[in-house]
Amino acid sequence: MLTEIIIAAAVIVVISVIVGIALGFLSQKFKVEVDPKEQKIRECLAGSNCGACGYAGCDSYAKAVAEGTAEPTLCNASDKVKIGEILGLSLSQGERMVAYVKCAGTNSTSTMLYDYFDEHDCRICYMAPKHGPKGCGFSCCGFGSCQDVCPEGGIKIIDGVAVIDRESCQGCGSCVSVCPAHLIELIPYSAKYMVKCSSHAKGKDVKSVCSVGCIGCGLCARVCESGAITIENNLAHIDHSKCTGCGKCAEKCPAKIIVKL
Amino acid sequence: MSAITTLVVGIISAALVNNVVLSQFLGICPFLGVSRKTSTAVGMGTAVICVITVSSCITYFINVYILGEKYSYLRTIVFILIIAGLVQSVEIILKKKMPSLYKSLGVYLPLITTNCSVLGVAIDSANNGYSFAETMIYSVGTAIGFLIAIVIMSGIRENIEDNDIPEAFKGMPIVLVTAGLMAIAFVGFSGTM
Repeated sequence: MLTEIIIAAAVIVVISVIVGIALGFLSQKFKVEVDPKEQKIRECLAGSNCGACGYAGCDSYAKAVAEGTAEPTLCNASDKVKIGEILGLSLSQGERMVAYVKCAGTNSTSTMLYDYFDEHDCRICYMAPKHGPKGCGFSCCGFGSCQDVCPEGGIKIIDGVAVIDRESCQGCGSCVSVCPAHLIELIPYSAKYMVKCSSHAKGKDVKSVCSVGCIGCGLCARVCESGAITIENNLAHIDHSKCTGCGKCAEKCPAKIIVKL
Repeated sequence: MSAITTLVVGIISAALVNNVVLSQFLGICPFLGVSRKTSTAVGMGTAVICVITVSSCITYFINVYILGEKYSYLRTIVFILIIAGLVQSVEIILKKKMPSLYKSLGVYLPLITTNCSVLGVAIDSANNGYSFAETMIYSVGTAIGFLIAIVIMSGIRENIEDNDIPEAFKGMPIVLVTAGLMAIAFVGFSGTM
Protein backbone atom coordinates (compact mmCIF):
# COMPACT_ATOMS: atom_id res chain seq x y z
CA MET A 1 0.00 0.00 0.00
CA LEU A 2 2.67 2.46 1.07
CA THR A 3 4.82 1.64 -1.93
CA GLU A 4 1.88 2.38 -4.21
CA ILE A 5 1.47 5.82 -2.70
CA ILE A 6 5.19 6.48 -3.01
CA ILE A 7 5.22 5.35 -6.63
CA ALA A 8 2.21 7.54 -7.45
CA ALA A 9 3.84 10.54 -5.78
CA ALA A 10 7.12 9.81 -7.51
CA VAL A 11 5.43 9.64 -10.92
CA ILE A 12 3.89 13.08 -10.43
CA VAL A 13 7.08 14.58 -9.04
CA VAL A 14 9.16 13.21 -11.89
CA ILE A 15 6.69 14.43 -14.53
CA SER A 16 6.49 17.90 -12.99
CA VAL A 17 10.25 18.13 -12.76
CA ILE A 18 10.60 17.08 -16.40
CA VAL A 19 7.97 19.61 -17.48
CA GLY A 20 9.65 22.28 -15.38
CA ILE A 21 13.10 21.60 -16.80
CA ALA A 22 11.73 21.49 -20.34
CA LEU A 23 9.98 24.82 -19.85
CA GLY A 24 13.06 26.40 -18.34
CA PHE A 25 15.18 25.14 -21.20
CA LEU A 26 12.67 26.38 -23.78
CA SER A 27 12.40 29.82 -22.23
CA GLN A 28 16.20 30.09 -22.31
CA LYS A 29 16.44 28.88 -25.88
CA PHE A 30 13.59 30.99 -27.22
CA LYS A 31 14.31 34.09 -25.21
CA VAL A 32 12.87 37.23 -26.75
CA GLU A 33 14.97 40.33 -26.24
CA VAL A 34 12.92 43.12 -24.80
CA ASP A 35 13.96 46.58 -25.86
CA PRO A 36 15.77 48.00 -22.77
CA LYS A 37 14.30 51.37 -23.69
CA GLU A 38 10.82 49.93 -23.33
CA GLN A 39 11.60 48.69 -19.85
CA LYS A 40 13.02 52.03 -18.77
CA ILE A 41 10.00 53.90 -20.12
CA ARG A 42 7.70 51.48 -18.36
CA GLU A 43 9.38 52.39 -15.08
CA CYS A 44 8.54 56.08 -15.62
CA LEU A 45 4.82 55.40 -15.96
CA ALA A 46 2.39 55.31 -13.07
CA GLY A 47 1.53 51.65 -13.54
CA SER A 48 -2.14 51.95 -12.67
CA ASN A 49 -3.24 50.81 -16.17
CA CYS A 50 -5.90 53.52 -16.31
CA GLY A 51 -6.02 53.54 -20.11
CA ALA A 52 -6.28 57.33 -20.44
CA CYS A 53 -3.51 57.31 -23.08
CA GLY A 54 -5.68 55.17 -25.34
CA TYR A 55 -3.53 52.03 -25.05
CA ALA A 56 -4.51 48.77 -23.37
CA GLY A 57 -2.26 49.38 -20.40
CA CYS A 58 1.04 50.84 -19.25
CA ASP A 59 3.01 47.99 -20.84
CA SER A 60 1.58 48.46 -24.31
CA TYR A 61 1.91 52.24 -24.09
CA ALA A 62 5.59 51.89 -23.08
CA LYS A 63 6.10 49.58 -26.05
CA ALA A 64 4.45 52.03 -28.45
CA VAL A 65 6.57 54.91 -27.13
CA ALA A 66 9.76 52.87 -27.42
CA GLU A 67 8.89 52.00 -31.01
CA GLY A 68 8.12 55.62 -31.74
CA THR A 69 4.52 54.99 -32.77
CA ALA A 70 3.01 56.92 -29.85
CA GLU A 71 3.40 60.45 -28.56
CA PRO A 72 5.62 60.30 -25.47
CA THR A 73 3.53 62.87 -23.59
CA LEU A 74 0.16 61.11 -23.43
CA CYS A 75 0.51 59.96 -19.84
CA ASN A 76 -0.25 62.68 -17.31
CA ALA A 77 1.08 60.65 -14.45
CA SER A 78 4.46 59.87 -15.99
CA ASP A 79 7.87 61.34 -15.36
CA LYS A 80 8.02 63.12 -18.71
CA VAL A 81 11.50 64.61 -18.23
CA LYS A 82 12.95 61.14 -17.68
CA ILE A 83 11.09 59.71 -20.69
CA GLY A 84 12.55 62.57 -22.71
CA GLU A 85 16.06 61.63 -21.52
CA ILE A 86 15.53 58.01 -22.52
CA LEU A 87 14.30 58.95 -25.97
CA GLY A 88 16.86 61.73 -26.42
CA LEU A 89 14.20 64.41 -26.61
CA SER A 90 13.72 67.41 -24.40
CA LEU A 91 10.29 67.12 -22.86
CA SER A 92 9.04 69.41 -20.16
CA GLN A 93 7.20 67.92 -17.25
CA GLY A 94 4.22 70.18 -17.75
CA GLU A 95 2.01 70.96 -14.83
CA ARG A 96 0.69 68.18 -12.64
CA MET A 97 -3.05 68.03 -13.08
CA VAL A 98 -5.46 66.74 -10.47
CA ALA A 99 -9.18 66.10 -10.65
CA TYR A 100 -11.53 68.29 -8.67
CA VAL A 101 -15.25 67.88 -7.96
CA LYS A 102 -17.07 71.17 -8.45
CA CYS A 103 -19.98 70.52 -6.11
CA ALA A 104 -20.39 71.00 -2.36
CA GLY A 105 -24.04 70.01 -2.12
CA THR A 106 -24.07 67.24 0.48
CA ASN A 107 -27.25 65.45 1.45
CA SER A 108 -27.58 67.76 4.45
CA THR A 109 -27.02 71.05 2.63
CA SER A 110 -29.35 70.24 -0.29
CA THR A 111 -33.10 70.12 -0.39
CA MET A 112 -34.15 66.56 -1.17
CA LEU A 113 -37.12 66.41 -3.54
CA TYR A 114 -37.93 62.70 -3.44
CA ASP A 115 -36.65 59.29 -2.40
CA TYR A 116 -34.57 57.59 -5.05
CA PHE A 117 -34.84 53.78 -5.20
CA ASP A 118 -33.29 52.85 -8.54
CA GLU A 119 -29.84 51.48 -9.33
CA HIS A 120 -27.05 53.10 -7.33
CA ASP A 121 -25.19 54.33 -10.39
CA CYS A 122 -24.75 58.02 -11.23
CA ARG A 123 -25.36 57.46 -14.94
CA ILE A 124 -28.78 55.95 -14.21
CA CYS A 125 -29.61 58.40 -11.45
CA TYR A 126 -28.82 61.24 -13.88
CA MET A 127 -31.83 60.22 -16.00
CA ALA A 128 -34.21 60.76 -13.06
CA PRO A 129 -36.10 64.08 -12.74
CA LYS A 130 -33.76 66.95 -11.78
CA HIS A 131 -30.83 64.53 -12.39
CA GLY A 132 -31.40 62.92 -9.02
CA PRO A 133 -33.16 63.48 -5.72
CA LYS A 134 -31.21 66.63 -4.82
CA GLY A 135 -33.11 69.79 -5.64
CA CYS A 136 -30.23 71.26 -7.64
CA GLY A 137 -30.11 69.98 -11.20
CA PHE A 138 -26.33 70.50 -11.40
CA SER A 139 -25.40 68.53 -8.31
CA CYS A 140 -23.37 65.41 -7.61
CA CYS A 141 -25.54 62.28 -7.67
CA GLY A 142 -23.31 60.75 -5.02
CA PHE A 143 -23.44 57.13 -6.16
CA GLY A 144 -19.75 56.95 -6.85
CA SER A 145 -19.40 56.10 -10.54
CA CYS A 146 -16.16 58.11 -10.36
CA GLN A 147 -15.12 56.10 -7.31
CA ASP A 148 -15.55 52.88 -9.28
CA VAL A 149 -13.38 53.96 -12.21
CA CYS A 150 -10.58 55.60 -10.20
CA PRO A 151 -7.51 53.36 -10.64
CA GLU A 152 -5.90 54.85 -7.52
CA GLY A 153 -8.92 54.41 -5.26
CA GLY A 154 -8.59 58.06 -4.29
CA ILE A 155 -12.26 59.05 -4.49
CA LYS A 156 -14.64 58.80 -1.57
CA ILE A 157 -18.33 59.64 -1.33
CA ILE A 158 -18.84 61.68 1.82
CA ASP A 159 -22.44 62.54 2.69
CA GLY A 160 -23.57 62.29 -0.93
CA VAL A 161 -20.73 64.18 -2.60
CA ALA A 162 -17.61 62.79 -4.24
CA VAL A 163 -14.38 64.00 -2.66
CA ILE A 164 -11.08 63.45 -4.44
CA ASP A 165 -7.83 62.98 -2.56
CA ARG A 166 -5.56 65.27 -4.55
CA GLU A 167 -2.39 63.69 -3.24
CA SER A 168 -3.13 60.26 -4.68
CA CYS A 169 -4.70 61.63 -7.92
CA GLN A 170 -2.58 60.91 -11.01
CA GLY A 171 -4.64 63.11 -13.32
CA CYS A 172 -5.68 60.30 -15.65
CA GLY A 173 -9.11 61.82 -16.20
CA SER A 174 -11.11 58.57 -15.96
CA CYS A 175 -13.52 60.17 -13.50
CA VAL A 176 -13.89 63.30 -15.65
CA SER A 177 -15.27 61.29 -18.53
CA VAL A 178 -17.52 59.06 -16.42
CA CYS A 179 -19.33 61.80 -14.45
CA PRO A 180 -22.71 62.30 -16.15
CA ALA A 181 -23.11 65.76 -14.61
CA HIS A 182 -19.65 66.90 -15.82
CA LEU A 183 -18.76 68.08 -12.33
CA ILE A 184 -15.17 66.91 -12.34
CA GLU A 185 -12.45 69.02 -13.91
CA LEU A 186 -8.71 68.58 -14.18
CA ILE A 187 -7.07 71.57 -12.54
CA PRO A 188 -3.39 72.36 -11.96
CA TYR A 189 -2.02 70.95 -8.73
CA SER A 190 -0.75 74.43 -7.90
CA ALA A 191 -4.22 76.02 -8.07
CA LYS A 192 -4.96 77.80 -4.79
CA TYR A 193 -8.69 78.45 -4.87
CA MET A 194 -11.63 76.78 -6.59
CA VAL A 195 -15.33 77.52 -6.94
CA LYS A 196 -16.94 74.41 -5.52
CA CYS A 197 -20.16 74.68 -7.50
CA SER A 198 -21.33 74.05 -11.06
CA SER A 199 -24.83 75.51 -10.94
CA HIS A 200 -25.81 77.78 -13.79
CA ALA A 201 -29.19 78.46 -12.20
CA LYS A 202 -30.19 81.99 -11.11
CA GLY A 203 -29.23 83.04 -7.58
CA LYS A 204 -32.70 82.73 -6.14
CA ASP A 205 -33.24 79.24 -7.54
CA VAL A 206 -29.87 78.12 -6.20
CA LYS A 207 -30.63 79.48 -2.74
CA SER A 208 -33.95 77.63 -2.61
CA VAL A 209 -32.40 74.19 -3.16
CA CYS A 210 -28.86 74.39 -1.78
CA SER A 211 -27.30 76.35 1.06
CA VAL A 212 -23.78 76.15 -0.41
CA GLY A 213 -24.30 77.05 -4.08
CA CYS A 214 -22.79 79.87 -6.16
CA ILE A 215 -25.48 82.51 -6.66
CA GLY A 216 -23.49 84.43 -9.24
CA CYS A 217 -23.48 87.67 -7.24
CA GLY A 218 -20.14 88.78 -8.62
CA LEU A 219 -18.61 90.00 -5.34
CA CYS A 220 -15.57 87.82 -5.88
CA ALA A 221 -14.98 89.22 -9.36
CA ARG A 222 -15.09 92.75 -7.91
CA VAL A 223 -12.60 92.15 -5.08
CA CYS A 224 -10.17 90.15 -7.23
CA GLU A 225 -7.14 92.34 -7.87
CA SER A 226 -5.69 90.28 -10.67
CA GLY A 227 -8.95 90.01 -12.62
CA ALA A 228 -8.84 86.23 -12.51
CA ILE A 229 -12.52 85.74 -11.73
CA THR A 230 -15.28 86.04 -14.28
CA ILE A 231 -18.98 85.37 -13.89
CA GLU A 232 -20.35 83.31 -16.73
CA ASN A 233 -23.94 82.19 -16.80
CA ASN A 234 -24.50 82.85 -13.06
CA LEU A 235 -21.37 80.97 -12.04
CA ALA A 236 -18.02 82.30 -10.91
CA HIS A 237 -14.98 80.92 -12.69
CA ILE A 238 -11.35 81.30 -11.62
CA ASP A 239 -8.62 81.56 -14.24
CA HIS A 240 -5.72 79.71 -12.60
CA SER A 241 -3.13 81.35 -14.83
CA LYS A 242 -4.04 84.77 -13.39
CA CYS A 243 -4.92 83.82 -9.81
CA THR A 244 -2.32 84.97 -7.28
CA GLY A 245 -3.85 83.12 -4.37
CA CYS A 246 -4.53 86.20 -2.22
CA GLY A 247 -7.74 84.66 -0.87
CA LYS A 248 -9.85 87.83 -0.91
CA CYS A 249 -12.57 86.15 -2.99
CA ALA A 250 -12.94 83.34 -0.48
CA GLU A 251 -13.23 85.90 2.31
CA LYS A 252 -15.93 87.87 0.55
CA CYS A 253 -18.01 85.03 -0.90
CA PRO A 254 -21.43 85.18 0.82
CA ALA A 255 -22.15 81.52 0.14
CA LYS A 256 -18.62 80.50 1.21
CA ILE A 257 -18.36 78.44 -1.96
CA ILE A 258 -14.90 79.59 -3.02
CA VAL A 259 -12.62 77.25 -1.09
CA LYS A 260 -8.91 77.07 -0.43
CA LEU A 261 -7.38 73.84 -1.74
CA MET B 1 -14.42 -0.95 -42.97
CA SER B 2 -11.48 0.38 -44.83
CA ALA B 3 -9.08 2.75 -43.13
CA ILE B 4 -10.38 5.78 -45.07
CA THR B 5 -14.00 5.08 -44.06
CA THR B 6 -12.99 4.73 -40.42
CA LEU B 7 -11.14 8.02 -40.63
CA VAL B 8 -14.01 9.94 -42.21
CA VAL B 9 -16.69 8.41 -40.01
CA GLY B 10 -14.56 8.95 -36.89
CA ILE B 11 -13.93 12.62 -37.66
CA ILE B 12 -17.55 13.35 -38.57
CA SER B 13 -18.78 11.55 -35.50
CA ALA B 14 -16.41 13.48 -33.21
CA ALA B 15 -16.87 16.84 -34.93
CA LEU B 16 -20.60 16.93 -35.60
CA VAL B 17 -22.55 14.13 -33.91
CA ASN B 18 -20.76 14.32 -30.57
CA ASN B 19 -19.81 17.96 -30.90
CA VAL B 20 -17.63 18.81 -27.92
CA VAL B 21 -19.36 22.08 -27.11
CA LEU B 22 -22.93 21.52 -28.20
CA SER B 23 -23.59 17.96 -27.11
CA GLN B 24 -20.90 17.24 -24.52
CA PHE B 25 -20.91 20.76 -23.04
CA LEU B 26 -17.14 20.93 -22.64
CA GLY B 27 -15.20 24.12 -23.32
CA ILE B 28 -18.22 26.39 -22.90
CA CYS B 29 -16.13 29.16 -21.37
CA PRO B 30 -13.98 30.02 -24.41
CA PHE B 31 -17.01 29.24 -26.61
CA LEU B 32 -18.90 32.11 -24.96
CA GLY B 33 -15.94 34.30 -24.11
CA VAL B 34 -14.02 34.44 -27.38
CA SER B 35 -16.85 34.26 -29.91
CA ARG B 36 -17.46 37.98 -30.22
CA LYS B 37 -15.54 38.38 -33.48
CA THR B 38 -15.06 35.81 -36.22
CA SER B 39 -11.35 36.58 -36.59
CA THR B 40 -10.56 35.87 -32.93
CA ALA B 41 -12.87 32.84 -32.98
CA VAL B 42 -10.91 31.36 -35.88
CA GLY B 43 -7.65 32.10 -34.03
CA MET B 44 -8.88 30.40 -30.88
CA GLY B 45 -10.24 27.44 -32.84
CA THR B 46 -6.97 26.88 -34.65
CA ALA B 47 -4.95 27.19 -31.46
CA VAL B 48 -7.23 24.62 -29.83
CA ILE B 49 -6.74 22.23 -32.77
CA CYS B 50 -2.95 22.43 -32.39
CA VAL B 51 -2.98 22.03 -28.62
CA ILE B 52 -5.54 19.20 -28.54
CA THR B 53 -3.69 17.21 -31.20
CA VAL B 54 -0.29 17.52 -29.56
CA SER B 55 -1.56 17.06 -26.01
CA SER B 56 -3.62 13.96 -26.74
CA CYS B 57 -0.62 12.49 -28.57
CA ILE B 58 1.62 13.00 -25.53
CA THR B 59 -1.00 11.98 -22.98
CA TYR B 60 -1.66 8.77 -24.94
CA PHE B 61 1.94 7.65 -24.52
CA ILE B 62 2.06 8.71 -20.89
CA ASN B 63 -1.17 6.85 -20.22
CA VAL B 64 -0.06 3.66 -21.93
CA TYR B 65 3.60 3.48 -20.93
CA ILE B 66 3.74 5.25 -17.56
CA LEU B 67 0.36 5.15 -15.86
CA GLY B 68 -1.21 2.01 -17.28
CA GLU B 69 -4.33 0.52 -15.70
CA LYS B 70 -2.88 0.43 -12.20
CA TYR B 71 -2.42 4.16 -11.81
CA SER B 72 -5.38 5.26 -13.92
CA TYR B 73 -6.60 7.41 -11.01
CA LEU B 74 -3.62 9.69 -11.62
CA ARG B 75 -4.85 10.57 -15.12
CA THR B 76 -6.55 13.87 -14.28
CA ILE B 77 -3.68 15.45 -12.39
CA VAL B 78 -0.95 14.20 -14.71
CA PHE B 79 -2.84 15.25 -17.83
CA ILE B 80 -3.42 18.73 -16.43
CA LEU B 81 0.30 19.02 -15.72
CA ILE B 82 1.15 17.98 -19.26
CA ILE B 83 -1.42 20.28 -20.88
CA ALA B 84 -0.34 23.30 -18.82
CA GLY B 85 3.32 22.68 -19.63
CA LEU B 86 2.51 22.16 -23.28
CA VAL B 87 0.50 25.36 -23.61
CA GLN B 88 3.31 27.26 -21.92
CA SER B 89 5.92 25.87 -24.28
CA VAL B 90 3.73 26.56 -27.31
CA GLU B 91 3.46 30.13 -26.08
CA ILE B 92 7.22 30.48 -25.60
CA ILE B 93 7.98 29.07 -29.04
CA LEU B 94 5.30 31.15 -30.78
CA LYS B 95 6.53 34.31 -29.11
CA LYS B 96 9.95 33.80 -30.65
CA LYS B 97 9.13 32.16 -33.96
CA MET B 98 5.79 33.67 -34.98
CA PRO B 99 5.33 36.99 -33.14
CA SER B 100 2.40 38.00 -35.38
CA LEU B 101 0.40 34.87 -34.57
CA TYR B 102 1.37 35.22 -30.91
CA LYS B 103 0.06 38.78 -30.93
CA SER B 104 -3.22 37.91 -32.64
CA LEU B 105 -3.89 35.03 -30.24
CA GLY B 106 -2.99 37.23 -27.31
CA VAL B 107 -4.54 36.17 -24.04
CA TYR B 108 -6.41 33.22 -25.60
CA LEU B 109 -3.30 31.12 -25.81
CA PRO B 110 -2.75 30.75 -22.05
CA LEU B 111 -6.54 30.46 -21.69
CA ILE B 112 -6.41 27.14 -23.54
CA THR B 113 -4.88 25.66 -20.38
CA THR B 114 -8.25 26.05 -18.70
CA ASN B 115 -10.21 24.83 -21.71
CA CYS B 116 -11.78 21.67 -20.36
CA SER B 117 -12.31 20.20 -23.83
CA VAL B 118 -8.54 19.63 -24.04
CA LEU B 119 -8.53 17.64 -20.83
CA GLY B 120 -11.85 16.08 -21.77
CA VAL B 121 -10.46 14.63 -25.00
CA ALA B 122 -7.37 13.24 -23.27
CA ILE B 123 -9.35 11.60 -20.46
CA ASP B 124 -12.12 10.36 -22.75
CA SER B 125 -9.76 8.57 -25.08
CA ALA B 126 -7.85 7.08 -22.14
CA ASN B 127 -11.05 5.86 -20.47
CA ASN B 128 -12.41 4.39 -23.70
CA GLY B 129 -9.13 2.54 -24.32
CA TYR B 130 -8.61 3.95 -27.81
CA SER B 131 -5.62 2.89 -29.85
CA PHE B 132 -3.14 5.53 -30.96
CA ALA B 133 -4.79 6.01 -34.37
CA GLU B 134 -8.23 6.20 -32.79
CA THR B 135 -6.99 8.72 -30.25
CA MET B 136 -5.61 10.95 -32.97
CA ILE B 137 -8.79 10.74 -35.07
CA TYR B 138 -10.94 11.42 -32.04
CA SER B 139 -8.88 14.40 -30.89
CA VAL B 140 -8.58 16.04 -34.31
CA GLY B 141 -12.30 15.51 -34.90
CA THR B 142 -13.21 16.99 -31.54
CA ALA B 143 -10.97 20.00 -32.12
CA ILE B 144 -12.53 20.57 -35.55
CA GLY B 145 -15.93 20.36 -33.88
CA PHE B 146 -14.86 23.06 -31.45
CA LEU B 147 -13.69 25.25 -34.33
CA ILE B 148 -16.99 24.73 -36.20
CA ALA B 149 -19.08 25.56 -33.14
CA ILE B 150 -17.14 28.67 -32.15
CA VAL B 151 -17.00 30.05 -35.70
CA ILE B 152 -20.76 29.55 -36.26
CA MET B 153 -21.40 31.17 -32.90
CA SER B 154 -19.24 34.19 -33.69
CA GLY B 155 -20.96 34.65 -37.05
CA ILE B 156 -24.35 34.65 -35.35
CA ARG B 157 -23.15 37.01 -32.64
CA GLU B 158 -21.80 39.50 -35.18
CA ASN B 159 -25.24 39.62 -36.77
CA ILE B 160 -27.06 39.76 -33.44
CA GLU B 161 -25.29 43.05 -32.73
CA ASP B 162 -27.38 44.79 -35.42
CA ASN B 163 -30.71 43.38 -34.27
CA ASP B 164 -33.31 45.01 -32.11
CA ILE B 165 -33.15 42.81 -29.02
CA PRO B 166 -35.39 43.40 -25.98
CA GLU B 167 -33.47 45.14 -23.21
CA ALA B 168 -33.64 42.14 -20.87
CA PHE B 169 -32.02 39.83 -23.45
CA LYS B 170 -29.13 42.07 -24.44
CA GLY B 171 -25.63 40.71 -23.99
CA MET B 172 -25.10 37.27 -22.48
CA PRO B 173 -28.77 36.13 -22.25
CA ILE B 174 -29.35 36.19 -26.00
CA VAL B 175 -26.01 34.45 -26.53
CA LEU B 176 -26.99 31.64 -24.17
CA VAL B 177 -30.38 31.29 -25.89
CA THR B 178 -28.57 31.11 -29.23
CA ALA B 179 -26.19 28.47 -27.89
CA GLY B 180 -29.16 26.42 -26.70
CA LEU B 181 -30.83 26.62 -30.11
CA MET B 182 -27.57 25.61 -31.79
CA ALA B 183 -27.30 22.60 -29.47
CA ILE B 184 -30.84 21.56 -30.43
CA ALA B 185 -29.95 21.92 -34.11
CA PHE B 186 -26.86 19.75 -33.64
CA VAL B 187 -29.02 16.97 -32.17
CA GLY B 188 -30.21 16.56 -35.77
CA PHE B 189 -26.82 15.07 -36.67
CA SER B 190 -27.30 12.15 -34.31
CA GLY B 191 -30.61 11.26 -35.96
CA THR B 192 -32.36 10.46 -32.69
CA MET B 193 -35.04 12.27 -30.81
